[in-house]
Amino acid sequence: MSDSSNENKKPLISIKHLYKVFGPNEKKILEQVKAGKSKDDILAETGHTVGLSDINIDIYPGEIFVIMGLSGSGKSTLIRHFNRLIEPTAGEIEVAGSDVMKLKEKELQEFRRNKMSMVFQRFGLMPHRTVLQNIGYGLQVQGVKKAVRQQKAEEWLKTVGLDGYANQYPGQLSGGQQQRVGLARALCTDADILLMDEAFSALDPLIRSEMQDQLIELQEKLHKTIVFITHDLDEALRLGDRIAILRDGILVQQGEPVDILLNPADDYVEAFVKDVNRARALTVETVMQPQICRISSETIGEAVLQMRKSKHDYAYVVNDDGYQGVITQDTLENVEKSDYSNEIDPSLLEDVPSVQNDALLETVIPDMLDNELPLPVLNEDGEVEGNLCRSTLVDVLSEQPNVEEKEKEKEKEKSYV
Amino acid sequence: MSDKSWLSEIPQLDRYQLLSIRKTLDGAYRSFSREYGDSIESFFDPLLSFLIWFEKLLLGTPWWLVIAVLAVFAYAASRSWKLTLGVIVAFFMIGFFGMWDNTMRTMSIILVSTMLAIMIGIPLGISMARSDRVQSIVTPILDVMQTMPAFVYLIPVVMLLGIGKIPGVIAVIIYAVPPVIRLTNLGIRLVDKEVLEAATAYGANPMQRLFGVQIPLAMPNIMAGINQTIMMALAMVVIASMIGVKGLGQPVLKSITNQYFTLGLLNGLAIVALAIIFDRISQSYAKRTLQNFGGH
Repeated sequence: MSDSSNENKKPLISIKHLYKVFGPNEKKILEQVKAGKSKDDILAETGHTVGLSDINIDIYPGEIFVIMGLSGSGKSTLIRHFNRLIEPTAGEIEVAGSDVMKLKEKELQEFRRNKMSMVFQRFGLMPHRTVLQNIGYGLQVQGVKKAVRQQKAEEWLKTVGLDGYANQYPGQLSGGQQQRVGLARALCTDADILLMDEAFSALDPLIRSEMQDQLIELQEKLHKTIVFITHDLDEALRLGDRIAILRDGILVQQGEPVDILLNPADDYVEAFVKDVNRARALTVETVMQPQICRISSETIGEAVLQMRKSKHDYAYVVNDDGYQGVITQDTLENVEKSDYSNEIDPSLLEDVPSVQNDALLETVIPDMLDNELPLPVLNEDGEVEGNLCRSTLVDVLSEQPNVEEKEKEKEKEKSYV
Repeated sequence: MSDKSWLSEIPQLDRYQLLSIRKTLDGAYRSFSREYGDSIESFFDPLLSFLIWFEKLLLGTPWWLVIAVLAVFAYAASRSWKLTLGVIVAFFMIGFFGMWDNTMRTMSIILVSTMLAIMIGIPLGISMARSDRVQSIVTPILDVMQTMPAFVYLIPVVMLLGIGKIPGVIAVIIYAVPPVIRLTNLGIRLVDKEVLEAATAYGANPMQRLFGVQIPLAMPNIMAGINQTIMMALAMVVIASMIGVKGLGQPVLKSITNQYFTLGLLNGLAIVALAIIFDRISQSYAKRTLQNFGGH
């Protein structure tokens, strides 16, 4: 899931220097695209549309890779290159080590049957087949026996929560139900890769978030590699392990959701990011400050020394049992020197609740408001790894975060330490 | 260039040139039909014997059995008692007014022609849908077939094959086949791109796409085409009778020449009854296949 582990892994899908030009003379126009001529100029001069230009993407096993862009940005074109529903003008597509561009027609069919399945924006269900027959379609194409595919289709029907709809026709279902059928159909072939082309975009918001939950839940069990297309950044942030942003057929930025949210590559991405509810998209870890003063000493005397060395006027008291509470400089200064050899008494500590590093910002706001002091941030092992103060939170959540300035601040702080 | 008559009169071939063109073409076609007429006729022999067999079958079957079979068909296609009852009454009336044998003859030729038209039309429509080039070639031919007066293409057919059932069937097919071709083509082209794309994405091969997705989804349109083809075949009955096809057309022809109003009317009504019955049966069948599609 995290990028550090990806570096050792081999990508499952690897796309290199992919170009797509639409028009009768795509190969000829390709030279102009490569020479750096703009999309608008090419359209005006030759009538050819540049769909995609120099796309490079690596997708790793088990991740949800979201490709995002406005309509016309080429995202639907891009996803159709993964299984060659659209032939590229130039470029390499490699899936699980095999070169998709070299496949002959029969091999391509086999590849589509076994390696990838697809979910469509307008569902793409067959109106003349029942729900169950639709779900089993992939298997039927493969030539699987009727009894087997019916049994498997029934299992998936149950998994997506459409029990009892087996013999209905798609036309009799609501949009959300139809897309569940679409999802079940995709899962029924047991392909490792799932292509989802704006799969939830046609659904109303409530159903959409329900479907997102279901997808996340399924993914926890199935660990598929999912390529998800969307124009909705909230959806991208919610589902994506990594996100790529397309604009006019060019890959503008690629990275983890946090990178995109906090360091938008250009104005286009920034405009996208502006409307996002950051409190719901960011975790504590991504915005906390790691420079803190921990006091792990036994006695008050040592604690005073530690406190004086740090630039903070408060410290988190930690012992073998983990985080205990916050002690302020004032409290320490007020202790009689004669007591310096005593252990730190719990009565000296302020009771400040801790937060987990993977919590969403939204969930820590109430604690934040109740406490003057910055909240300690704990990692999975219960160790204090940083703190979160009100000013940071306000900075991050305020509408126009000045990203560059914050970077500078961070640099400054690092130099202090 | 003193002669300016081309300004007031359209330039025209003179009579002798026209005559020689006609003579050459007619002569060529006549010698072609002398040369190959027999072999072409023998090519159609199996069809002829099938036509005769089918007609004898319908004529030889007792009237109540024919009505019963038709009633079962009507009910199976439409699931409507009203239509079934209508079929029974209509055929009984036809028999009652002494038109049973002619009706059976007409029905046999209409059914065979329609069957052949479907067998020719659907594959042609499919190939038109798959290739824009085929479509651009076939469309103008269909336009000619539909607008050329039937009598005109009857001439070469009769010259080639004489009069009788086979030229009749050919004439009926030429007249009646365009709708099923056009609507098959249209129906397949109108199939939802995303559904077809889904089939491709799941690895369906061209045959699986055609029979699993395109034809079933084009079925309402194809059925409309078949319905139109049956209607047009029935409209040809009278014209076909002019080249010796027996059936309801011949009494109509006879009443035109002899001014027998009642005879003409009765036979005309019998044709109308056949048309309405075939139309309702095929339409209600189409409607029932349509019901599964997208209806909430």
